Amino acid sequence: MDWSPLWISLATSLTATAVTLVVGLAASAWRESRTGPGAALIDGIFILPLVLPPTVVGFLLLLLFGRNGPLGKLLIRVGATIVFSWPATVIAATVVAFPLMYLTSRAALEQVDPHLIQAARTLGASEWRVFREVALPLAWPGILAGTILCFARALGEFGATLMLAGNIPGRTETIPIAIYFAVEANETQRAMVWCAIDVGISLVLLSALYYWTHAQHLHRQRLGYR
Amino acid sequence: MPLEIQIEKKLADFALDVSFRADDGPLSILGASGAGKTMLLRCIAGLERPGRGRIALNERILFDSEQKIAVAARGRRIGLLFQNYALFPHRTVAENIAFGLHSLPPADRTLRITALIASTHLAGLEQRYPRELSGGEQQRAALARALAIEPEALLLDEPLAALDTHLRSQVEAQLQETFAAYRRPSLLVTHNIEEAYRLGEQLLVLSRGRIAAFGAKEEIFRHPPNAEVARLTGCKNISRARPNADGTIEALDWDCQLSARDASGKSPKYIGIRAHHIDFPDPSSEVISGRNVFPCWLVRRSETPFRITLFLSFVAPHGESSEYHLQAEVFKQKWRHFRDLPQPWRVQLAPESLFLMPD
Repeated sequence: MDWSPLWISLATSLTATAVTLVVGLAASAWRESRTGPGAALIDGIFILPLVLPPTVVGFLLLLLFGRNGPLGKLLIRVGATIVFSWPATVIAATVVAFPLMYLTSRAALEQVDPHLIQAARTLGASEWRVFREVALPLAWPGILAGTILCFARALGEFGATLMLAGNIPGRTETIPIAIYFAVEANETQRAMVWCAIDVGISLVLLSALYYWTHAQHLHRQRLGYR
Repeated sequence: MPLEIQIEKKLADFALDVSFRADDGPLSILGASGAGKTMLLRCIAGLERPGRGRIALNERILFDSEQKIAVAARGRRIGLLFQNYALFPHRTVAENIAFGLHSLPPADRTLRITALIASTHLAGLEQRYPRELSGGEQQRAALARALAIEPEALLLDEPLAALDTHLRSQVEAQLQETFAAYRRPSLLVTHNIEEAYRLGEQLLVLSRGRIAAFGAKEEIFRHPPNAEVARLTGCKNISRARPNADGTIEALDWDCQLSARDASGKSPKYIGIRAHHIDFPDPSSEVISGRNVFPCWLVRRSETPFRITLFLSFVAPHGESSEYHLQAEVFKQKWRHFRDLPQPWRVQLAPESLFLMPD
């Protein structure tokens, strides 16, 4: 049996999660200091991939990165094509997982007692130091939970990936795509093996997440966090 | 002047509108909850932006709406002590104090921390986390952290409110020690009259966003400038007043004529006397016809361990009426001398204890 879909899925999800973590944190930190209808619109755009059908996300990405798309043209000029390549799986998974990271990290940062942030400011700390040394360490448990959720979502990504990255065995064929094509080719047994692997990984991740959240909850209670 | 403040800021149901100059040394800001005290501190610290006005600290402009200057909180060098202390829960006491000393060389930082630990009596607790400290220790750690940046002014928001009664006197002693050593403007917000008096050298009374009184605390307590300040500084007996042609004062709510020393020279509208200034002349003495001596009846009373509050009426009580004119406070030893005497008792409102207020 060809195990490449497992490695492709893991590599894609890990990369997508890393990107989401950095971009998601930056976005929520940036968003925290803003209010008004403009900011609400930004929120809407950030969260949109969560509710749109993955095919819509995939199609929009295809328009953006395609041969005639604005980003596609730019990339062709430097000799890179995204569509139907491994980076395409990462891009699709990142866009789809991003809202989860954004929502959970925002919630985690908002839970930090604002007096602690203000105290740090009166002590002369720059906004970056306030974020790195006060907000982030205190919001970290929630952010880690978001990261796990993100990874699980990236692992399960199918629709947008298929549209942007296609199904190239050994290059863009992730587990969900392998399942789809196995079923289509009447290879029930192969589909079942991949299903079992996917369910197994997700279950382990989600159990770990709940165990972690619970342990953190007890820890914070002991610490007397607000 | 070290700290000059002149700001306006709209709040939910009134506007904060204050203008004053604070000297070096502690200034108590007294006011009821929701009078705008905390907002005032937050504006000075740079955590809130006033609608308009000007804030200057040692000639350095921190905020000026006309010149469009608004120094960020991190650049103000003002120590703010939060009501809930706001210690960083993930940092030890030493790390909390070190937070503001980021830019110092490590050797200097250690020296400064050691000195602060000593002056706030936190020795031995350096490596503890805030959760492992008592309320009083957390308070001192927060104080040390605020003082670490060598602030040009110190702001304290209800520093004793979150503490149990038995800890208060201990923390109050620490604050007095700190104020004795830290001779820069220190604004201390409280709604506790006695705390305000004990800790502040000067007093500012804030009422619905406005300054009702500002000056030497002794003077404000001895002679409140208006009825509002009298009430806020704990005066329980205030009556509307009208001057008579013969120089006496008619107390309209108490229905009696009083002789009083009028210092202001303005036509008085209110007259007041503090509960513990009301005197009960010795019944065996012959001074029955002393000045401002009236017969009175006890309506009800309320006891604390050492003192008793008597609610007195100038007219004989009839039926179930619990209306009273005066509230007097006496030590129990004194109360024992006249508690069993037949009523009416005699009460004296000594002229030197009465104060007149123009509004």
